[in-house]
Amino acid sequence: MKVQSTPRWGAELKEKEVIKLAHGSGGKLTRELIDKLIRPKFGNRILDRLEDAAVIFFPPHLLAFSTDSYVVRPIFFPGGDIGKLAVTGTINDLAVVGAQPLVISCGFILEEGLPLATLNRIIDSMQKVACETGCEIVAGDTKVVEKGAADQIFINTTGLGLIRTKSSLSIERIKPGDQIIVTGTIGDHAAAVFVARQNLPVKTSLISDCASLYRLLESLWNLGEKIRFMRDPTRGGIAATLNEIANRRNFGIEIVEETLPIQPEVKGICELMGFDPLHLANEGKAIIVASPESVEIVLSLLKQHPLGKNSSVIGRIVENPLGLVYMKTNLGTKRIIDLPVGDPLPRIC
Amino acid sequence: MNEPEKEKIKALIFCVKSLCHRLPEPVNLMEVCGTHTVAIYRSGIKQILCHKTRLISGPGCPVCVTPNELVDKAIWYALQSHTIVATFGDMFKVPGSYSSLAEAKTKGGKVQLTYSPLEALELAKRNPEERVVFLGVGFETTAPLVASAILKAKEHNLSNFMVLCGHKTIPQALEKIANNPFLNLQGLILPGHVSCIIGKNPYEFLAQDCNLRGVISGFEPGDILESICLLYKQIVEGRCEIEVQYRRAVSPEGNQEALAVLERVFTSSDSEWRGLGIIANSGLSIREEFSNWDADLVYPAQIGKPIQHKGCICGAVITGLKEPEECSLFGDTCNPEHPVGPCMVSSEGTCGTHFLYQAREIENESPVHP
Repeated sequence: MKVQSTPRWGAELKEKEVIKLAHGSGGKLTRELIDKLIRPKFGNRILDRLEDAAVIFFPPHLLAFSTDSYVVRPIFFPGGDIGKLAVTGTINDLAVVGAQPLVISCGFILEEGLPLATLNRIIDSMQKVACETGCEIVAGDTKVVEKGAADQIFINTTGLGLIRTKSSLSIERIKPGDQIIVTGTIGDHAAAVFVARQNLPVKTSLISDCASLYRLLESLWNLGEKIRFMRDPTRGGIAATLNEIANRRNFGIEIVEETLPIQPEVKGICELMGFDPLHLANEGKAIIVASPESVEIVLSLLKQHPLGKNSSVIGRIVENPLGLVYMKTNLGTKRIIDLPVGDPLPRIC
Repeated sequence: MNEPEKEKIKALIFCVKSLCHRLPEPVNLMEVCGTHTVAIYRSGIKQILCHKTRLISGPGCPVCVTPNELVDKAIWYALQSHTIVATFGDMFKVPGSYSSLAEAKTKGGKVQLTYSPLEALELAKRNPEERVVFLGVGFETTAPLVASAILKAKEHNLSNFMVLCGHKTIPQALEKIANNPFLNLQGLILPGHVSCIIGKNPYEFLAQDCNLRGVISGFEPGDILESICLLYKQIVEGRCEIEVQYRRAVSPEGNQEALAVLERVFTSSDSEWRGLGIIANSGLSIREEFSNWDADLVYPAQIGKPIQHKGCICGAVITGLKEPEECSLFGDTCNPEHPVGPCMVSSEGTCGTHFLYQAREIENESPVHP
């Protein structure tokens, strides 16, 4: 298999350039921003691993540390709200590196005029999901800005967890032949938020998949080296996660269109709006790379949990083509799955 | 895909392959619509066709055929005080002569993205102190929605809503394409959603007068394969007809209700298409009765003479005369993040599609067999 040359574009950040919405898409521009502006300055051994959570050796413990900010619009959507999202998002970033979430901090940026009842509802759902996962919100901050300087409420959460897996999960441990599993249907969160946001003249029963993955993934932690790597495919969808793996390890990835779990309603929204379901954000799914012989046990463990009942193998790591993700389509043809360009849905999380 | 669907796809691939070998000579087929172009690349259909078939992308992307002048006008509106431009998202980044709506927004212009003209109408209701100019771009698929928005605006006597009308109709443009000797087309894959509105009849002249066959096609990979089969069959059997593959949604007469709304609000007029020039009766203008909602009449934009970008060959790409890769800007100066021409901006533009899918196509070691 050969790959034809890829067109390239302006590599340097130019003087006149400004931040665009697409810099927050989780796609090409996000990566450019991190690689050209942030890593050259902050870069260190831990940050350069670019995992969902930083793993820090603090003898005798391995700790996981992660932070994320939430700006979703609308702040309430079917299946969740900005508060639930802010806590589950950080819990999931810790869980996918094999950590048990222990404590979380939260920072609120509140717009003048936000009803206290709204804030109350958001805080309730944060506390509920933290309790369910068995972690506590132990530090916080509130700032208020004048009307128009923020959109109702933005939340930052930071989480600290303790690594509980027998062997550390790392992108470096992935080998050709490893299988790729997704823990359920893809694109649900982005599609549900999109429908809620646009007030589309279509009725759907779509709800966001926003959920804490800790209890689901915890069941895999005794499997040791058989689990190579996990990631929750949020912004940029599973296309971004798979491209990151293919790029950083210089393997190829083959996924099979027929095996992709996609709800018919998500498919419908994608057809209507020209979205690719592979590019849509998820907030309660994990991509798991596992050794070929462990696939059956992984699937059976995942399927015991309600959040994992639609888990399936969607592809595998292949030696070629280097650094590329491709899909075997239903017609038996192949097509490249690239990082999303631009941002079809800004402020999705 | 369930088993019967799989069997159907297998049968279609077999049919395409065997008919392809029976073609008397190489053929040029055009998929008129950008939605088809994207579906063809996403499903890898070109990998199934034999070397005797060339698929050419046509002018059916509304963003791509919109001339700079309309974009320039929209930008002018966006920069006026007490004026909001409401537009479908795909026009937001399209460069006009000097800038785009996206750039106008960073300079403080008011631009609101909408998914329906009725949303723009609501925006006007909520902001009585602002003018809301809706950028009406699109073919027969979107024009009925804009027409009903204008009808509603009249019903509610809403004077701060207006439409900058750039709507176009497909059949007239195809006449120009059909008569272009450089293209040498043997068949058209026609857009199914346009025919949901206009039906099959407006295309009959292509077969009768221009000797160009066509199949009105759905957008699933199976639909497109079946349409290619139908075109091959016509060629092999020496027939020249307009057929409907998308029978589940298209009737010969079209959607009478939508056509009535179109007829009520719009009248046909000459219209400028990027790459094709001015085509007689290929545009929709707002009827005099509704002139209070026609932005060009109520509040004409004051813009200079539109200019074209140096080196950009979008015009030739739209008409199928050149491939995006033949453009010296393609992939280098012009890419989806920094588009120079409209064909790169639109997710259904030929250049954007080629950039995303074709430029990085995997060469198969072995061809795909059914």
